[in-house]
Amino acid sequence: MQNIDIAISNKKLSVEDCSDFVKEPNCGAINLFVGTVRNQTNKKEVTKLDFSSYEPMALKEMQKIAEKALDKFDISKIAIHHFVGELQIGEIPVIIAVSSAHRTAGFEACQFAIDTLKETVPIWKKEYFVDGSVWVNATP
Amino acid sequence: MIIKLFGIVEEIIGEKEIRISLKENTSILDLKAILLEKYPNLKDIKAFAFAINETYATDNEILKETDIVAIIPPVSGG
Repeated sequence: MQNIDIAISNKKLSVEDCSDFVKEPNCGAINLFVGTVRNQTNKKEVTKLDFSSYEPMALKEMQKIAEKALDKFDISKIAIHHFVGELQIGEIPVIIAVSSAHRTAGFEACQFAIDTLKETVPIWKKEYFVDGSVWVNATP
Repeated sequence: MIIKLFGIVEEIIGEKEIRISLKENTSILDLKAILLEKYPNLKDIKAFAFAINETYATDNEILKETDIVAIIPPVSGG
């Protein structure tokens, strides 16, 4: 679809690419969510993260989120890009960009998209610490 | 039938995929019981879901030999 851009990539994500894709003359706002790798979890120092995915299913689930966002909110275009592979502190695992005529719909759609992505898209994050590693969310 | 494994499940079982032969009319719930018996360490995971043909499956869905099945441990993207 012309108003949806979905990607899973092992190359550095570009905020500009996402923002350019959603830019529209009839829109008064572009809303961006940029996820970044945090340097600690529960006060433990994180050294790096490793993201993996079930790519064909993850792309389908991301497409569903984009379609739902377009259906639910008064927005024009949406881009959802996710990185797979290793990332260092401060680097970007996910970008969501939404354009809309008015800002409220853009904020809401952006929040909906990232919240749903974290619940449904088959992508897994492994956190590395100085003394070991853990699959995030996986164990009680 | 081939079952694809990801994340912590891939690490616990030590394979990217496993092959299992199933009786007719095996449901997702049945498959879950079979796997937990065969790989008791799967109990260490908080929960896991299944996908059939790249879509989340419900417990009572019946598996076909040609289905692409995957175990989906708790996701943590974003």
